[in-house]
Amino acid sequence: MEINNIIDYLVKSADFPGKTIKESCKKNNKEAVGCVAPYAPEEIVYAANCIPVGIWGGQVELTKARTYLPAFACSIMQSIMEYEIRGTYDFLKAVLIPAVCDTLKCFGQKWKGTSEAIPFVFPQNREAKSAEAFLESEYKYIKNKLEEILGITITEKALQDSIILYNDYRAEMRKFVEIASVHTDVITPVIRHKIIKSSYFMDKKDYLEYIKELNKKLRLLPANNSKNKRIIVTGIMLEPDGIIEYFEKYGMDIVGDDLTHESRQFRTDAPFSGSALNSLAKRWTNHNACSLAFDPYKERIQYLVDLANHYKADGLVIALMKFCDPEEYDVPLIMERMKKENIPLLVIEIDQQAKSFEQINTRLLSFAENM
Amino acid sequence: MSIINENMTSKEMLDILVNKNMEDARKAKAKGELVCWSSSIAPCEFTETMGICTIYPENYAAVLAAKKIAPEFLEHAERKGYANDICGYARINLGYMDLKKELDEIEFPLPDLVLLCNNICETLLKWYENIAYELNIPLLIVDVPFNHGEEVTEENIKYVEAQLYDLIHQLELICNKPFDMDKFQEVMKIASDNATSWYEATSLCSAVPSPLSGFDMFNYMALIVCMRGKKECGTTFKKLKAELEEKIAKGECGLRGAEEKHRIMWDGIACWPYLSHTYKVLKNKGANMTGSTYPSAWALEYTPGNLYEMAKAYTGMGNNLSLKGQTDLRKEIIKETKCNGVVMHLNRSCKMCDFLQYEIGKELEESMNIPITTFDGDQADPRNYSKAQYETRIEALVEMMEQRAQ
Ligand code: SF4
Ligand code: SF4
Repeated sequence: MEINNIIDYLVKSADFPGKTIKESCKKNNKEAVGCVAPYAPEEIVYAANCIPVGIWGGQVELTKARTYLPAFACSIMQSIMEYEIRGTYDFLKAVLIPAVCDTLKCFGQKWKGTSEAIPFVFPQNREAKSAEAFLESEYKYIKNKLEEILGITITEKALQDSIILYNDYRAEMRKFVEIASVHTDVITPVIRHKIIKSSYFMDKKDYLEYIKELNKKLRLLPANNSKNKRIIVTGIMLEPDGIIEYFEKYGMDIVGDDLTHESRQFRTDAPFSGSALNSLAKRWTNHNACSLAFDPYKERIQYLVDLANHYKADGLVIALMKFCDPEEYDVPLIMERMKKENIPLLVIEIDQQAKSFEQINTRLLSFAENM
Repeated sequence: MSIINENMTSKEMLDILVNKNMEDARKAKAKGELVCWSSSIAPCEFTETMGICTIYPENYAAVLAAKKIAPEFLEHAERKGYANDICGYARINLGYMDLKKELDEIEFPLPDLVLLCNNICETLLKWYENIAYELNIPLLIVDVPFNHGEEVTEENIKYVEAQLYDLIHQLELICNKPFDMDKFQEVMKIASDNATSWYEATSLCSAVPSPLSGFDMFNYMALIVCMRGKKECGTTFKKLKAELEEKIAKGECGLRGAEEKHRIMWDGIACWPYLSHTYKVLKNKGANMTGSTYPSAWALEYTPGNLYEMAKAYTGMGNNLSLKGQTDLRKEIIKETKCNGVVMHLNRSCKMCDFLQYEIGKELEESMNIPITTFDGDQADPRNYSKAQYETRIEALVEMMEQRAQ
């Protein structure tokens, strides 16, 4: 496949999630299971012969969600609630909901779709030895639930295979973002975002083949000498696409990210362990420098500095999800540190319900000009 | 000798002890002893055993808000970059910490370590991360997983129990001395007794008329938050209980100068900057707050010496329960305290208090046929409350209660 065809295919897959999921399920003879926002143990879903589908909201007008969520709930959960009530997710066999914040804790208790919700908790005291055992028991609960709903047995072998596939996928994705950072003429911010996003809607086995091929071909291209500014983005997610287009318009390449929706998903592997669920539990206890995983030393801040240095970035953008408190608490501290480091910083607000981005437009323009 | 005695009223005891608590912290700081900041329902038994002076930012933020001097701190935090939808207690505290303002008689010394238990919310994780990072001090955590299912699972309790043992080791390292198990045993007994005394006194609200207004209970809460590990706390609640029993015998009601015509459950945190307004509007209608989740929130009872039971108590408290658990808890409260109406505080500061409110309210309305009203407010930020809206909502609630009583 030509490089352009791969890119086109992945971009289209991200643009039409419903269609992509359907086709992927049909092709592989699988069902789909939803994962609300970050860090669900997708490996377990995959081992249940299902396609894990990422649920990250979208640009939708709120007509029904307001009844169930106050106006100051984060914008992504507002969208998800709206879709939920509209029945958008009803084709899913089950939906996994992690309680990583107060909003998601409540959200797991009030799913309005017809598919069964499986709420679960990540232990936050990840340094405690007992955390792993607790998380294993949560994963066992998820596994049992899926077995019950799907009427199947998830074997240890299937889990181990799925972990190997996912570790391969994560490694390949880490390669992809590295390679993409020197090919920003081909992998523009919008394309980069969509390629990563499309993984949420297809069988990881198929997706992995595309990414491998893409990486191979991208490597052969000469590194581009883009004069654009090099930007790192951090936050929950950078969407709607309209915002990313401004990056392109004002000559800013996205060379690296620390987004929950993107790189944070494939930053940490599941290490080898005698038991699959233990290995998955270790993946979480090893997951650091993230606003959603208790971070008493604020490793995330150092991580951002390192990321900026690694990619020789010209600036950092915090894509701050509206009303997301885990992210909001980090903002003042990141601001302070970046000032010290002399790294230009811009905070933009992510509102999935927004229809126009005039304010962000102006701010990105002046950020690009003043860097 | 204790600074309180049996001849004092419980209110006198309360005032003396609350002041003493803060004064002790200032003295400890001046002497170079360790001061700990702790979340409101964290296991104080451990720092108490180690003799670490422990004080409570949530309580102090409420004090500043009630004194109407919170805006200065809220605004300072916002200028630093904190979004204005972050919990008001956290903003006040982080603003205060940054300003390190000398506030003469109410000054709250900065901590040498922090202890957090997220059994009330996850917000605390981020808030305390920031304190520890900014002050570069140790952060002790007891992570209490949310009970998303109907049962509090064995695994959950075991995970919490194991962390309690970790806490002992961590404190030994910080204090550089062994953890005194005999003293711990004593403190656990005191804390557990105090929890019982708190519950026994405040649950007298079930009498008709109720001898205690929930708004007065809000004041006594300072003690169960700040001094749960100290004997005097229990003495005060025992006294309060005796006083309330006397009132019950005389048929007196807890509303000052009004007759109790209605009994409501207050769902959520107080609106500290408008405490007296929220109280008076209800009182003028003869509505007494007899129900709330607070009596049971600190009813942390366990057999002294049994860390498993202790872990279970800390993880099984109200805020940490599933939707069903939280709804059942409220049904019980409404029944026990004989409420005929519910006021729900849609608190801009607290997502944990709000985001299940719709479902809880609907279930209460449907299964108990009880009228409910909500109002927009904030526990600490005066900008998010409208007196007019509150008045209208309460009026409508009282009308509904009257209609249903007929
Ligand atoms: S508050 Fe933040 S972490 Fe929680 S659901 Fe919303 S965006 Fe996700
Ligand atoms: S008010 Fe709510 S968010 Fe703030 S500390 Fe208390 S429970 Fe947490």
